[in-house]
Formats: sequence, C-alpha cells, structure tokens
Amino acid sequence: MNRVIKKTVLNVGALKIPRKYFSDEAVKVAGSTVGEVSNEHEKKQIISKIIPQHDIAIVGGGMVGMALACFLASMSMTKQLSVAIIDSNPALGGSLHNRKEDPPDPRVSTVTPASISFLQDAGAWKYVEQNRHAYFNIMQVWDYTGLGYARYSARDVNKDFLGCVAENKVLHNALLSCVKDSDFKTTIYPSRLSSLTLNSSSMSMVENTTSKEPPSAQGHGAKLQLSDGSSIYAKLVVGADGGKSHVRELAGIKTTGWNYSQNAIICTVEHTSENVCAWQRFLPTGPIALLPMGDKFSNIVWTMSPAESTNRKSITEEEFLKDVNYALDYGYGPHPTSTLSGTRDMFSWFKTDATISTNDFFEIPPKVTRLASERMVFPLSLRHANSYASKRVVLIGDAAHTVHPLAGQGVNLGFGDAFSLSRIIAEGITLGTDIGEVNLLKKYEAERKSANIMMMAILDGFQKAYSIDFGPFNLLRAAAFHGTNYISPLKRSIISYASGEQKFPIFL
Amino acid sequence: MAWNHLRNLNRISIHRILHHRFQPLVNARFFSDAAASLPQPQPKQPSPPSSLKDNELAKFAAISDTWWDSEGPFKPLHAMNPTRLAFIRSALCRHFKKDPYSAKPLEGLKIVDVGCGGGILSEPLARLGATVTGVDAVEKNIKIAQLHAGLDPETSTIEFCCTTAEKLVEEGRKFDAVMALEVIEHVADPAEFCKSLAALTIADGATVISTINRSMRAYATAIVAAEYILHWLPRGTHQWSSFLTPEELVLILQRAGINVEEMAGFVYNPVTGRWSLSDDISVNFIAFGTKSSNNE
Repeated sequence: MNRVIKKTVLNVGALKIPRKYFSDEAVKVAGSTVGEVSNEHEKKQIISKIIPQHDIAIVGGGMVGMALACFLASMSMTKQLSVAIIDSNPALGGSLHNRKEDPPDPRVSTVTPASISFLQDAGAWKYVEQNRHAYFNIMQVWDYTGLGYARYSARDVNKDFLGCVAENKVLHNALLSCVKDSDFKTTIYPSRLSSLTLNSSSMSMVENTTSKEPPSAQGHGAKLQLSDGSSIYAKLVVGADGGKSHVRELAGIKTTGWNYSQNAIICTVEHTSENVCAWQRFLPTGPIALLPMGDKFSNIVWTMSPAESTNRKSITEEEFLKDVNYALDYGYGPHPTSTLSGTRDMFSWFKTDATISTNDFFEIPPKVTRLASERMVFPLSLRHANSYASKRVVLIGDAAHTVHPLAGQGVNLGFGDAFSLSRIIAEGITLGTDIGEVNLLKKYEAERKSANIMMMAILDGFQKAYSIDFGPFNLLRAAAFHGTNYISPLKRSIISYASGEQKFPIFL
Repeated sequence: MAWNHLRNLNRISIHRILHHRFQPLVNARFFSDAAASLPQPQPKQPSPPSSLKDNELAKFAAISDTWWDSEGPFKPLHAMNPTRLAFIRSALCRHFKKDPYSAKPLEGLKIVDVGCGGGILSEPLARLGATVTGVDAVEKNIKIAQLHAGLDPETSTIEFCCTTAEKLVEEGRKFDAVMALEVIEHVADPAEFCKSLAALTIADGATVISTINRSMRAYATAIVAAEYILHWLPRGTHQWSSFLTPEELVLILQRAGINVEEMAGFVYNPVTGRWSLSDDISVNFIAFGTKSSNNE
C-alpha cells in the first residue's frame, strides 16, 4: 500500500481526489481497521511515538544544505527551530578530522567575497581559515588565439582579495563544526529519502475527527519516508540534494536545460613555489583553469570533449602533466602580447589610472611539477528548475540550478540561495507564518530566480562564445575581451559582479 | 497576470465579502442541513460517525481548501496578511513591552479576533505565542477555521466561537488585545460596535481596527473597479457611504474610551504584487488604539 501512495501522490496541487485517496491510505496504514476506537487509539499512540516532528527537513547535507543549517543557527529568530538533515554520508555523523597534512582533495570550490561574508556572519569562516585555503587577488584570463588577455586585480575594486579557494571537504567540515558548536537542534538521519507525502489537507482531518483522536497526534506538514524504513514529519522540506535532486523529482518540478558536450577533469597538482594567482585559458575545446589552493598546491579544472577526457584520465602522470603545461603555456596558440606593445595605445585613454604596474604584464602560469591527487571526470550540463518552490518544498543549490564551472560560480549561487532562504524563513517566523506556505517560499524564488538566471545566461554565453573557432569571430571576441580589460568601469563592474558584491552585471 | 493584480487593487475585506460569494458556489440548502445535523467537531464526542456526516464534513473540507488556497479567491487577503501582521506585531510589542526579537513575542497575551473568517489572522497570532479566540457571526467560517487550525499543533489551541462582539460583552469576556480587521465597514452601527470592542478590552489594553477610507480614491478602486468594472465582488458588497474616514474612526473610538496612538496605511504595488505599510491612508488603513485605564 505504501508504494501505491508513493506513486500516486506526486502532484500536490489542487487535486482533491488523489489527496483523499492517499490520506485514506495514510490513515489505514496507521491502523488496519478503521472505526475501532481502542485499536485506532493504540496505533495512533504508536505512530506519534515513533514519527518525529521537525520544523525543517534539509534533504542533502552537502555544502549548501549545511550552509542553510548554519545560517539558520546563527539568527535569533530561527535558532529555536528543530531541523532534520537527511544524508547518508557518514562524514556528517562522524568525527570531524581535517588535518592540514591530509593530501589535497581534487574537489575544490572558489568562494566569492560575498559568500565569504555570509559565512563570516554565520561564524563558519573561521573554521575554513584553520585549514588549507588560499586567497587570491589576481586573476588572468586569456585564450589560445593570442589576441588578448585580461588581468583582474582586487585592487581594481579596492578590495583585498578576489576570492578564496578551498577544498569542498574543508568548507563542508567548517559548516558542520559551526552547526555542532552552536546549540542549534539538528538531527542527522543517515539515510536517503525514498518518498514524500503532503498530508496537510483537510481531507485527512475528516478521518481524524471521525476516529475521535486529537488531530495533533498525527504529524503536521510533509511526511518523509526514508530508505531505512523510518519516517519523519516536517513543516518545510528543503531540497539541497544536488543536480539529480530526488526532492525535485518527488515534488514534480520540471527542469529546463541541456548537457554540454564537455566533461571536466579535475585534479590537484603541485608547483615548486607558491601559486598566488588564478589562471584561466580558453582553449579550442574548453577552458583550463589553474586555481591556487595553498601549500604550493593548485587545482586544475580542465574542460574538454568526453573522448579527450577519458583519454586524459587514463594516460600516465608524466604525459598528463606535459599536457597540462602545454595547455597552460605554449600549446594551441601564441602568448598574447604584453601591454607594452601597440595594442594598448588604442585603449590607453580609457584607462583612468595611467600608471603601468608590473601586475599588468602578461604572465606565464607556473609550471606544474607533480600530480598530487587522482584525476576525476565529471560531465557538464546546464539545468534550471522551472520553479524553486511548491507546497512545503523548496529547492536550493544545485537542485535548483547547475552551471558550467568556467567562472567558479556554482556553489556561490548555492550559498546565495541558502542565505536568502534563511532570511525569508526568519521573516516568516517573525510574522507567524507557516513556513511551508507557498507564498512565503515564492518570495524566496522571486528573489533568487532572477539573479540565478542572469548568471546562468552569462556563463552559458561565455561557454558558447568560446566554443567557436572562426577567425573573424575570434578577433571580435578578443576585441571585446580587450575592452573589458581596459575599460576600467566595465572591468570594475565585472569584478564586482563575479565577486557577488553586485547584483547585476551592468552599471545599476 | 494583470487582471489578477487589478483584482488585488480593491483591497476589500475579502473574507467578509466572499462569504456572500460562497453561496452561489455551494448549495445553501445543503449547508443549512449540515449546520443542523453536525455536532461540534470536537474530538471527544462519543457519537459514532454516520456516512452522511462524513459526506458533509468532506464537502465542508473541500470548501475550506478554497478559503485557505492562497491562489484562490482569497489571494488578496493572504497577500495582505503579512503586512497587517507586521504592524500589529510591532504595535503590540511596543505597547505591552514585549521583546520584538523573540520568536513568540505575544506569549501571555489574550487576543480576540472579531470577524475572524477562516482564521487567516488568528493562526499567525497563535504562532506568535498569543492565546487567541476567534469569533465570527457566520457558522461556516468558524467550521472552516477550526478544521484548518487543527492541522498545526501550534494553532489547534485557538478557540473559535460562532458569536458576535456584543454577545461576548454580555458574557463578560475581557482580552488584552481586540482585533477587528475589515469588519467595521459592514457593521450597522459603527459607534455601538466600537463601544463593544472597548468593553472587550481590559484597562490599558489594545484595540486594532482596519478598514477602508471614505475617499474618492477608495471609491474608484474598491467600488467602481472591483464591483462594476472587473466584477471581483458582487455589486452592492460595499457601501461607500459606510466607509469611515480616519478622523471619524478616531472620534468614535475616543467616545468609546479608546485612544488611537498609531495609524498606518496599506499600499499595493502591482508590479511586484506585494503590499507594504506606508503613511498613505487614503484607501486601506489600520489604527492601533489603547483603552484608557480610568474608563470602564
């Protein structure tokens, strides 16, 4: 019967008939015979004992899910909420060992200043700084045509850094520590979500009153059934379970998007001396990025066609390192000319600051000397959920949107979502709203959807622009790129937008 | 959709108006049978459920979904609710010296929601910690409110009664705060109504009334646009002549012993679809008053 319920109730809209059907079933599951008072009473007592009730159930305890828990823990209005985290990852329950001597994990993220400030406010950033991390204040972007390059500096926007690169496990553990250190009530369910039923309709109330049980004996809100057989009730279900979100599927929210015909290889490499700059070179098949991680390590994110990626994953280390150095340095095309040559004259009058600093010269990235981790391959795609919220369900992070890694924005959009949702929940509690109410969740959606879609469109535009190799177009692209480097207001705008400080990329 | 936004523009007490609307939706005869034969839906009644009652309760429950369907006909009221609550919360916290940073600032306050309808205001007040009594003269609304409030353990403690403010006065009930939102424009004698509200308030307690201003702008939006052009409300739902201006409201409250301390207006932004508090009291406005402690 349970399976029948799971399959029938996916559309939680205005349909009354399925609701009546499943709520019948929901009650019948509780007690096999309806109408016998003592039996019903007993069964209801048992149910109320074993099915815990929470305010919020965060499905997916990854970086974004834990960030939401952390933000909720840090606000006075929400810290009394009882939160359930559903994730089968054993790291959540176990001890948080994260030593600096650990070999670097290839999965890293670039955290923008805006995200850093969110994490600082929540008290989680200090844990990140205790482990391996790397601030960078210069970024160089160029392509294989040699027609131009751009060097972005934090000084251009009067900041100390453009971002910070940290391993995902460092970020994750920092958030976990932050939540554990606060007295925020979280219960971790080391299991996976198998189904979701929303039995808050009045139909189920009908069954209740006829069975003479106080309505509060039954749970309030959505019922989550977990893979280990247990269940919980939650007023709000947050889907933070990644690109292939099960919550999104159960809530019946469709997505739009396409797969890029590209995979990304990621790995950690080592240099002979510290790398302090973030490098990105657009190659004909996709960009290669070299991000500083600290301790002379850097992370490589190399986008290429699927065939190449399987090939590059299997070749030997030396060959792979040779390929990497080739890609970063002299491969596929010439170096762009430095500022001292002719191209600058055209744009020099745009630059308000006429001094030439050494930082403006084109630099060759540092040589990669050793492969410090395994090579991992991921397929890339663009996905966007058509809506972020439905009754009692809301999506954050990759569950709502996945992007191309070329600008390091993915998890930052997720942190932005978590921050925004936490504020909206606090607002709801302030005004006594039921936090699972759609109107409230739609406010979150309105706030985030426009920002996310804009960023996704821009990233997709970049991805498409750089996937074309056609002479005149290359020139056009390079000229535009050149412009962004030398037209200061535009450059500042781009840096601010990529840092998350500015909401829209144009001068608003 | 644009028409949806325009419908929101009328900002009328939808819940009071639309109970008239319900009659075309549901067979009135059916409901009068239901009212007679239904026992109060209290969980302790020992009478065994008959199939007829189940049926009626079920149909009843179907209507309650519409009331509480935030996309349904009550959408404007649901949209306006957070704004009203923001005002009420801050005014009550200030008056009763409660901590505005607490999640349940109204803990310990007894509040009555006069003309509660489906309980749209009562439920958030209960979640904010108050002990709430909801009264409405329409039996249907009380049933709807009870059904919905029973779903959440935080709101299932609300006491709903099908009665009027005058009857409560006769029973000698007293409350720390009395809410009468979007009610006074439908009352036959506003001055008497205010006297009843004042009698329900304890000395130095709070009274909150919200209504529509008797202004040209309100005529244009609430009457002409809503009733005649867009047909959101049946014609004659509102009498522009029974709207009160803020000055009149202050005066009749004063005569009833209530001193109006704060007033604010609600404005609707059709672009964002959001309501907000403002100083503009030309259409919808809300007044917060306190009962002077020497008057009884």
